[in-house]
This record gives sequence, C-alpha cells and structure tokens, in this order.
Amino acid sequence: MKVLDHRKMLAVNVALLVLLLLTVLACSLLGPVGIDLKRALGDLFSPDAEILFRARLPRVLLGAAIGGGMAACGVVLQAMLRNPLACPQMLGVSGGASLGGILGMIFFPNWLLPVAGGLLGEISWVPLAAFLGALSSMALVYRFSLFHGRLHAYHLLLTGVIFNSFVAALIMFLNSIVDFYQAQGLLFWLMGSLSTRAYTTVAFIFAYVAAGFLWLWSQGLRLNLITLGGEAALQLGVEVASVERQVFVASSLMIGAMVSVSGMIGFVGLMIPHVMRLIVGSDHRLLLPASFLAGAIFLCWADTLARVLLAPAELPVGIVTAFFGGPFFLFLLYREGRKMPV
Amino acid sequence: MSAAIEIENLFFAYGARRVLEGVSLAIAKGEMVGVLGPNGSGKTTLLKILSGVLAGVGEVKLDGQPIRSYARRELARLAAVVPQESEIHFPFTAAEIVLMARASHHGRLELEGAADLDAARRAMAATETASLADRYLHELSGGEKQRVMIARALAQEAAILLLDEPAAFLDLKHQKGVFDLMRRLNGERGLTIVAALHDLNLAALYFPRLVLLGAGKIFRDGPPEDVLTEANIRAVYGVEVRVERPGPERRPHVFVRA
Repeated sequence: MKVLDHRKMLAVNVALLVLLLLTVLACSLLGPVGIDLKRALGDLFSPDAEILFRARLPRVLLGAAIGGGMAACGVVLQAMLRNPLACPQMLGVSGGASLGGILGMIFFPNWLLPVAGGLLGEISWVPLAAFLGALSSMALVYRFSLFHGRLHAYHLLLTGVIFNSFVAALIMFLNSIVDFYQAQGLLFWLMGSLSTRAYTTVAFIFAYVAAGFLWLWSQGLRLNLITLGGEAALQLGVEVASVERQVFVASSLMIGAMVSVSGMIGFVGLMIPHVMRLIVGSDHRLLLPASFLAGAIFLCWADTLARVLLAPAELPVGIVTAFFGGPFFLFLLYREGRKMPV
Repeated sequence: MSAAIEIENLFFAYGARRVLEGVSLAIAKGEMVGVLGPNGSGKTTLLKILSGVLAGVGEVKLDGQPIRSYARRELARLAAVVPQESEIHFPFTAAEIVLMARASHHGRLELEGAADLDAARRAMAATETASLADRYLHELSGGEKQRVMIARALAQEAAILLLDEPAAFLDLKHQKGVFDLMRRLNGERGLTIVAALHDLNLAALYFPRLVLLGAGKIFRDGPPEDVLTEANIRAVYGVEVRVERPGPERRPHVFVRA
C-alpha cells in the first residue's frame, strides 16, 4: 500500500526547493547584459551589482512568488470547484483587479504614492487601485455565490465567469474611448508583466502569497475530502462550508494582490496543478507545496525567456508560459493520461 | 443500553415538496434494518438526515444524544456512510480513498499514523480490496469501487453503518457479495446497519427487520413476512404481485406479474 509518508513529503519538497534556489540564481544572472557574480558581490556599486540587485533579482523574486501563488490558487480552486478547468482567472477577482487598475490609469494617471512617508521614494498607485478593484469584486462575487446561505461551487464558478466577461466588456469599452497612446498602455498592462523596480512591491506580494499559501496549506487534508463532493466530505467529518469560505477568501486575496502587480499571467495556475498531480499524486498536503515550488520555478524560467528571446525587446511573459507550457502539458497528458479520471 | 438511532416525529421537505411526514423509528444497537419504498418515498432523505447532511424538523438521536449536539468529526466517528455512487474528479488510489476515512481521527495537519494505516488495512482485508490498494479508483469496476467505498466506511470505525442502495449498480454476483458482507459485519462486529434497498427479495433474504416507507410515513415496520405482503406492496408501490414463501426458512419471495 503506497501512501503519502514523511519521507516522500520531505524528498519532493526539498528537491523542488533546491531547484528553485538554483533557478533564482541562474535567472538572475541570465539576461541581455552579461553580469559577473563575483564582481557584483565584491563591489556593491559596480554596474554588475546595480543590474543584479536593482533590475534582475526583484523581478526574479516577484516571478517566483507569483508563479507559486498562481499554481497554489489553481490547485485549491480546482479542488473546491471539483473542476479540472478551474484556474485563478475564473474567480472574478482578476477581472475586478484589471478594471480597478485601468480606471486608475485612465482617471488619475499621474498619481504616485509615497513609500514610508516618501523616504523610500514613490510608487505608482495603479496596483493599489487594482487591489481595491479585486477586493470589491471579491465581495460581490461572494455575495452572488451564496445559495441557501452557503457558498455554492457552481454558483461561484458561474458568477466568476460571468462577472469576468462583464468586466471584459467594460474594459474594451474604456479601451475604445481613450486615445491611442493610452490604449497602448492599457493593453500592455493587461497582458501582464513582471517588470518592477521596487522591493516594496516584492515585499507586498511576498507577504500576501506567503500568508495565503500557509492558510491554504492548512486546509490540505480537508481539500482532499472536498474533491469527493460536498456530501461525502460532510459525512467524513469535514465542515465543508467553513473550508470553502476560507479557500475563497485566501485565494481571492492572493489573486487580487498578484494581479494588481503583474496583471493576469495565465496558464501557470491551470497547468502546473495538473502536471504536479500527475507527478506527485492528488494528496493536497503534498500537492500544494509541490505545485507552489514548481509554479515558482516555471514562471522564473518563462520570464527569463521572455527577457532574452528577443532582447533587447521583451515578450509578454504570458506568451512564453503558454507557448512552452502547452506542448509540455499535452506530452505529459499523452504519457500519463490513464491517471486522469474521465 | 440506549438505542443506536431514535427518530421521533420527523418531518422534512425539499421546498414545497414534503418527503417525510411524521416518521418515528427506533433502532437498537447491533440491529440490521432494511429501508424499503418506491422512488421518492424518502429512503435517501432519511439516511441523509441520519448522517447529518440534511436537517429535518423533529427529534433525531444517535447514541442517545441529539444529532445536532455532535460536531462533524464526532458524527463521522459515530456513523459511516456508503453512498449509492461516488464522485471522483481527481486521480486518487483506492488506498488514499480508504485513508480519507481517517480524517476524523487524526489531526488535520498530520499525515496518517500507524493506527490509521492499520485501520485502513483491516478494512480493506475485510472487503477483499487489499489487492486494489494502489490502483486508481476510476480504473476499478463498479463492484470493486463499491467494495472500496465499504472499506472506507469501515475504516471510519463507526458503530453505525448507513448504506444507500449499496448494490444498485452491481451484477448479481457482486450484489450477493455486498449483502453477504453486510450480514457478516453485523454478525461478527455487531455493527448497526441501516440500508436503503430496492431489491425486495434480497432484502427479505438478508434483513431480519424491514421498514416500508410510503407517502412520507412508515407504512409497515417488522420482520419480512409481515412487511412484504401482496396487500402492502399493492398499497405502497401500486403494483400487483404474488408473494410466496418457499424453502425451509419461509422467507417471502415477491413475483411480479408481467
């Protein structure tokens, strides 16, 4: 009888963690401009250090956090909605974040927020506007997904999808009434990007993603049972309504924070959970951390490719995730497909 | 000794559709009771109320305490359910499914310990599913899958076993296998068994006590020969049948007139 034990937990997580650390290092060194790690660490005022610590490292760290967060949210949403097609984009929160960000860009394009009273400079207020959009859409979707007083999987799924289409219409409308240059800017922001300069942004995302991930991970065992259906989970002793509420709130906060900063980076949240399920199994106590680490590794490499493929121009990272992730996923599905319940 | 299950004047409705209208029933510990009745007569609803999935109006006690007074985890250790059909959306092995029964026994941040693995092994041995442990549930046949579900319920180590038409989708051999298993679990382990059943003849053959539901009420409650009569079946199912009592055991056998 093969079951999840501490040895497998440790082996998989440590292996992936080592891979992630190597990935962060490698991706920080790779780029259109070559840098010398020794020189960068030896002289913190050298151009090498400047590029490494100001441009590359925050971006790579952001990529790791967002890749991990998206994958973890994908795992729990697929489990909670009992739908293998569920992904972070589906929750309606992403649409709310996009709308908030776009309204911020159109109406107050020049607002800047002082960080720590201006001591650490100023950052754009667009992410904050997006996060406010995410929070309000979360409240709205939650309210409309209640059925007989509790969160209902199908209602949640439909509300999210319909809310997103509605918001997409609004965004297209706004996009068509602003001028050409503004429209270009909006489009670029919507495609999603990990470029950032501020460690404050990275810290903000790390805080949300880390707290949200731990919260979700604590529900791992109960998520296993919830995939069997609400009734079965109740009969096996799970407070289903409480788990669903917690998963919704935790993943919405994570998705809201992530989308506010990087836009909607697709595919990671849909594909990584399936890939990891085929590799490490469906037990969420392992699947969640494994998917988090794998998502982080995957997005770091995808973003690095996006930076170097057409250097000095940059590709939107979403193109890379889908272009390389898609075929790999199909290959895996072809080889391991018997593991999928039909 | 308190009864395993006590139901007093239970009402339940899905919106405007009334399903149970004043059901009272007491089941002693170690009893084996088959619940019969046409589709929509409330068999499944009754089982769902007993497992805490639905709440009706009226008093329902498990092990002497009102069912509301139990937390979910406690309830899962008290009564285990074998569903009619099970949903499976993600690849889990049979062993993983059986071990899920232990979620109500170990902490939720823990992996299963020796006691949990032991309970799962014993449950799979009792249902002859040990050889299926590492197979994916969705690759199993209907009969194998149902035995795994019974193993899961056993691994819950609850004294009450609730089964909702456990043999509904099985062929004759596996139907008999499930009924034999229910009888063995009741006889050897003293489990209280309440099963919603469709097959009147298998029910009469295996269950010493039958409860016939009709129009939201208990129409008849007693040994098979009192419950399965031509008049009762005509009244509840609206079907003309002939009942004979062959063999030395003289259990009733229902023949449908075509």
